[in-house]
Amino acid sequence: MDDVVLKVEDLRKRFGSLEVLKGVSFEVRRGQTVVILGPSGTGKSTLLACINRLVEPDSGRVFLEGEEITSKNAQKMRQKIGFVFQDFNLFNHLTALDNVRIGPMKVQKLSKEEATEIALEQLRKVGLLDKANHYPSQLSGGQKQRVAIARALAMRPTLVLFDEPTSALDPELIGEVLSVMTDLAKEGMTMVVVTHELGFARSVANEIIFMEGGVILERGTPEEFFTNPKTDRARQFLKKLSELYGEKAR
Amino acid sequence: MIVESLPFLLKGTLVTVWLTALSLSLGLIIAVPVSFLQVYGGRVSRFICSIYEKTFRSIPLLVLLMLIFYGLPEIGIRLEPFLACVLGLAIRSSAYQSQIFRGAILSVSKGQTLAAYSLGMSRMQTFWHVVFPQALRFSIAPWTNELTVVLKDSSMAYALGVVELLRQGSYIVARTYEPMLIFLTCAAIYLILTVSANKIFAAIEKKLTIPGFEMREVLH
Amino acid sequence: MSFLQIVQQALPRLLNGLVVTLYLTMFAAGAGLLIGTALCVGRVFANRFVSMLCAGFIELIRGTPMLVQLFILYYGLPVYGIRLSPLVAALIGFTINSAAYQAEYIRGAVQSIGAGQMRAAYSIGMSKWQAVRLIILPQALRRVIPAWTNEFIYLLKYTSMAYIIGAPEMMAQAKFIASRNFEFFKVYLLTALIYLSIVWLSAYVFSQLEKKLRIPGTILGER
Repeated sequence: MDDVVLKVEDLRKRFGSLEVLKGVSFEVRRGQTVVILGPSGTGKSTLLACINRLVEPDSGRVFLEGEEITSKNAQKMRQKIGFVFQDFNLFNHLTALDNVRIGPMKVQKLSKEEATEIALEQLRKVGLLDKANHYPSQLSGGQKQRVAIARALAMRPTLVLFDEPTSALDPELIGEVLSVMTDLAKEGMTMVVVTHELGFARSVANEIIFMEGGVILERGTPEEFFTNPKTDRARQFLKKLSELYGEKAR
Repeated sequence: MIVESLPFLLKGTLVTVWLTALSLSLGLIIAVPVSFLQVYGGRVSRFICSIYEKTFRSIPLLVLLMLIFYGLPEIGIRLEPFLACVLGLAIRSSAYQSQIFRGAILSVSKGQTLAAYSLGMSRMQTFWHVVFPQALRFSIAPWTNELTVVLKDSSMAYALGVVELLRQGSYIVARTYEPMLIFLTCAAIYLILTVSANKIFAAIEKKLTIPGFEMREVLH
Repeated sequence: MSFLQIVQQALPRLLNGLVVTLYLTMFAAGAGLLIGTALCVGRVFANRFVSMLCAGFIELIRGTPMLVQLFILYYGLPVYGIRLSPLVAALIGFTINSAAYQAEYIRGAVQSIGAGQMRAAYSIGMSKWQAVRLIILPQALRRVIPAWTNEFIYLLKYTSMAYIIGAPEMMAQAKFIASRNFEFFKVYLLTALIYLSIVWLSAYVFSQLEKKLRIPGTILGER
């Protein structure tokens, strides 16, 4: 079924004199994982923040399963969109379990028993059931991010957005988070991921979007993008990254 | 009515400002060596300074004023009310100011001191050229706060009969029976004084800002 | 009279005054916390009009001496037919004053929490007020404990002002005793010592309390 979950139409955003998004449009179908690549500071994070209206775009529209997201219904729509931050942003005064179940309890108004059941299940899926009663300050970076993913998933979202989820992690902790994300993609979750992890992009993404300077320069399947980039910028970008990370471009 | 009482209130305001200025300055003079000793001194001097500042930050200003004005005469020192207030305010303020300066000095990172030493600077040179300029800037915000505290606490000179702004106000009230109006006017004058002081020192702070260097908050 | 004799004679009365001092302090600190939180939330999170109102009120109270505020309450209100007893005027005055200062301490704590927490709360669909109530305030109120302790100790000292409008707290008792036995120095010294002890005792008790309430794993004052 060609079921479009997310439709982004001509988003534009400027901060003062700086135009960060210059008319971005794309679609994501159910079960797809779209990875957005590109140099830092080119509006990728702003793009994600505009989708769940954490940032108000200047113009353009966003549709979730056909329904437009406006500032009026943003709060309601956010329940269906999961968001994973680069800095985790776990609630520091709550245990991991409380972090994950506060959404179902207070926002979706489920009973404590139901919310706890859902929360424990999500913690189990990310492999942190034994850390349920730990506070964020007692967890490693990778563990914090996995709790953050569990927190987003506990709301049973239709779509999950990841804003550079591993950029703030020590290299050895990146793997555990990427594996959770890979499993999630395999289970059929619709995901949009902004990342620099080319390995993940190549193996998990259904579509690659390459952005720079607030516009989409190129899009295609991973095979197309990695082996035959169409634009010069994309070529340069891939070359730089593989020099940095030692990945050989085939 | 307000216009009539204004001259008297302004007389009182002058006394208030004079009280504040004297106390603050005397407090400053005492606080600088105390803060110095607390940071750079030996164990004994650090201990004595610590006792000094802790004591005078722990007793109410009024008790201190009473001790000075009513208590000192028993050992032969008889001060007139205005001087007693200046002394009391100054001693109390010196305790707080010493903590401000101490905090500011400690805020200058140790790394810079080490760098200065490794260039061959003496302790004196290091303090004068590296620590002091930065500590000075860190002190401005909390010191301005202390200024407004002393300004407002000068109203306690009322208890010793000093004819500062508040007491002038109460004299006018005794004549005119308009307490609300007069005391609100007094409050307004104090507000003008504190807001002006804040603005002036904020401007001074701005002039002294090192471009790009964030001002760190000194907590005490 | 020797110091010991003074102590024997003056202590009972002084301790009576101490009770009133403590009562004034605890009331003002506690009620000030509640009102201060409301003022702070109004200033930071409400619409422009309410925010300006709260900010204006806070700056007004913080910019004028507490004694003047007491005078307005005790001597000024009777003009409108509201006659407060010295103690009640002191209670109201200290509470309002403390609320304004505490509102600023809490605001500092709220700002130190960082925008990320608010964004995360929004991202799971919370409304602004839910986020303030469930995420921001619980963290901010924990962070404000050192400042609140300071405020408590500040109040302990400044309640002495209440004697000027006739409230029967410790300072008033001290003046009463001294004006009878003329032993000004010794009586006020004793009073100072009592204040000192209470202040140090409070500081100790609160630092212990703070340790108990700490979120496991955080070092005090950090993030």
